[in-house]
Amino acid sequence: MNTTRRLLFTAPLAAVALGGAAFYTILERMEANKYDPHALPSPLIGKKPPAFNLPGLNGAAGFANTDIAAPPRPMLVNWFASWCLPCAEEAPMMAQLAKTGLPIWGIAYQDNAAALANYFAQYGNPYARLALDTPGLTAINWGVYGVPETYLIDKDGIVRWRWAGAITDDVLANGLNPLLAKYS
Amino acid sequence: MIPELGHFALALAVALAFAQGVIGVFAPGLRDPRAMRAAPLLALSHFLAIGAAFLALIYAGVVSDFTVENVADFSSSLVPLIYRISGTWGNHDGSMVLWCFILSLCGATVAAFGGNLPASLRARVIGVLGLVSGGFLLFTLTVSDPFTRIWPPPLDGAGVNPILQDPGLAFHPPVLYTGYVGFSVAFAFAIAALIEGRIDAAWGRWVRPWALISWCFLTAGITLGSWWSYYTLGWGGYWFWDPVENAALLPWLTGTALLHCAIVVEKRESLKAWTVLLAIATFSLSLSGTFLVRSGILNSVHSFAAAPDQGLFILALLGLTVGGSLLLFAIRAPALAAAGVYAPLSRESALVVNNIFLCSIAAVVFVGTLYPPFSDLLFGVQLSVGAPFFNQTVLPLTAPLILAMAVGPLLPWKRAALKPALERIWLAAVAAIIVMLVMTEQTNAITALGLGGGVWVVLSALSDIAERTKLGRVGLGDSVTRLRAMPRAAFGAALGHIGFGVLVLGIAGMTLATQKVVVLNAGQSADLGGYSWTLNDIHDAPGPNYAQRVADVTISDNGKAFLTLHPSRRMFTTPKVITNDAAINTNGFQDIYVVFADEPASGGAELRLNRHPLAPEIWFGGLIMALGGALSLSDRRLRVGAPARKKKAKVAGVAAE
Repeated sequence: MNTTRRLLFTAPLAAVALGGAAFYTILERMEANKYDPHALPSPLIGKKPPAFNLPGLNGAAGFANTDIAAPPRPMLVNWFASWCLPCAEEAPMMAQLAKTGLPIWGIAYQDNAAALANYFAQYGNPYARLALDTPGLTAINWGVYGVPETYLIDKDGIVRWRWAGAITDDVLANGLNPLLAKYS
Repeated sequence: MIPELGHFALALAVALAFAQGVIGVFAPGLRDPRAMRAAPLLALSHFLAIGAAFLALIYAGVVSDFTVENVADFSSSLVPLIYRISGTWGNHDGSMVLWCFILSLCGATVAAFGGNLPASLRARVIGVLGLVSGGFLLFTLTVSDPFTRIWPPPLDGAGVNPILQDPGLAFHPPVLYTGYVGFSVAFAFAIAALIEGRIDAAWGRWVRPWALISWCFLTAGITLGSWWSYYTLGWGGYWFWDPVENAALLPWLTGTALLHCAIVVEKRESLKAWTVLLAIATFSLSLSGTFLVRSGILNSVHSFAAAPDQGLFILALLGLTVGGSLLLFAIRAPALAAAGVYAPLSRESALVVNNIFLCSIAAVVFVGTLYPPFSDLLFGVQLSVGAPFFNQTVLPLTAPLILAMAVGPLLPWKRAALKPALERIWLAAVAAIIVMLVMTEQTNAITALGLGGGVWVVLSALSDIAERTKLGRVGLGDSVTRLRAMPRAAFGAALGHIGFGVLVLGIAGMTLATQKVVVLNAGQSADLGGYSWTLNDIHDAPGPNYAQRVADVTISDNGKAFLTLHPSRRMFTTPKVITNDAAINTNGFQDIYVVFADEPASGGAELRLNRHPLAPEIWFGGLIMALGGALSLSDRRLRVGAPARKKKAKVAGVAAE
């Protein structure tokens, strides 16, 4: 029996041993309160969003990371989709926020022009600018958990806050508004 | 008194399981026939002991004995009887007892029906099952005891979580667990074979029915769970790539690979070490899936709160089971040599391709599921991996699998040519391409690809059956005779593939789902998907342990009302929770799905209207797959492995698979 074959057959054991050791460390860290698996922090917080350049609706201009690199005032980037029910439920909140003069730029995740047109006809279009992430790759780069998801970007173009899920009155009062006051 | 008896039975089960394990594993080495005969008896008594403990726990739930902490925390005297019973396994401690009960059932089944196995192999299989069971029973008894008493007892229990008060969920855990745990038998066979150092065609034939029956249950369990989340959670989704769902999908993927691989061992004595590794991997994934989620390491919506000391105990058990079996694999498996050789294009190669794709999908899902805790450990960045990642990565791997799975069953063993196989399914290919072209025009490329792929798989499996029965080339009566003479295993395999095709159709159809959230006052209507949806009335209705508000929604097509649905909001008192009970009407090809989401202060009703094309096909597909497995299981060859019968079938003129 050759050595290569023996080594190959030891590989699963080695992989599992490594994995087991890692899990042990993770459990230890959980006990020491150094790791909370239920937290959903975004790796983008404190950083600029990764490079992207997305097209707009029906040939209109979309936007790129350079467009939100230094906005004149804090702004929101809202990931949504016409097929997403929680997004539709969030639509009145977005409209309300847009009315306050807060710029909201939308990125439609895995969507198409016709469905988006219907969506806007029904729920209104609160977005100052709109981009389409049809293949969904930019969403992976941002670490989007699902739609809707909203990012607060300050005047230096740095992500300050991320909310996965629809923004409710409670999230607005306790999460977004204090930060908006801080960064404007 | 009864809970104490249950507790005692649990302790007795621990002792019996370890005795079964030690005697079963070591007796064959000592060549002690009396000890070998003791193993099956120990397995049966172990099953009786844990069965008694399980019944005692159910009894405590049924009579609402709130001196038992488990019952006080997770049940209530107001809950209907069926949910007092199912509440027993709706929490961490109780579900451990169910888990161990099913594991002991597997051991008892091998003991009772394994009469045709060589005595030493049977003793070792039972022994391995006993050792695994002993470990988890010890865990249940020491750190997760469901029989803990409290004094003074509360006047009433805290209640059963209302979303768990559902017939779908009452049966989902037992079915799913049977699937998970059933793979322990294939695992035990693999370990026993490694200890004996011998794997042959007979081993393949013994292992396959066990793998097949667990696969049927796992398929049915996942389907039930998906269906439950579809109709209870009220947002019309059927799969969320949640860690718990992935934990069920992973053993399903490797288990499917195992099923196909065991055929190669049985027919051709090849791929032995790989089959053994798959058997180990499938059960290890079942174990890790069930328990990593409980340890709290993975962020999941299905939270079973578990203390960290339980996490360490679980990790140690997993390490012993998985690590021990892989150590044995590393030592013994290199000696397993393949007997059969095959050409690059043959049934064997097709099954290898199937394995490569299934295992790649499993690897991708595995990495995506475990990436969050590991990235935190290795890179100090905490991040989330959600549906975008899984959708992007699984689709490109599933497409070639779909393409290949239609061709594979048509290739003969040893050496094949592509042309005759393709000639048999050109009709399916043409139909699939037409569907794809038409749907690309009408919808979008992904949906078209899915629908075309589904049609391709279903039609090619049907044309395989047509070919075997010579439909159209001989008289109809002759075809029927051929159909009846066709081996059930072949029919089951075709049905399994058809089920998968139907599932693909359903998933593709669901990408065309349309939905709308509206606030309507009585008498107002909204338009969606070509229908007009009218809210007639909102009224109160009584419920057994909840109060409910019901909305009457009439759906009409071109002014002709054809359906009235009654979605409701249920207000439970213990615990205080409101659930939305979706009203779903299905015609087999489309679901009309209405949720009564809220009653806004401004009046009227907030309704979520959904039209889901082909949604039922998702669950039909899962069901057909499980039925295909069951049909294949009923094949006489699998049950008794009688070679005499096989010859007879050949005389009847049916192509051997």
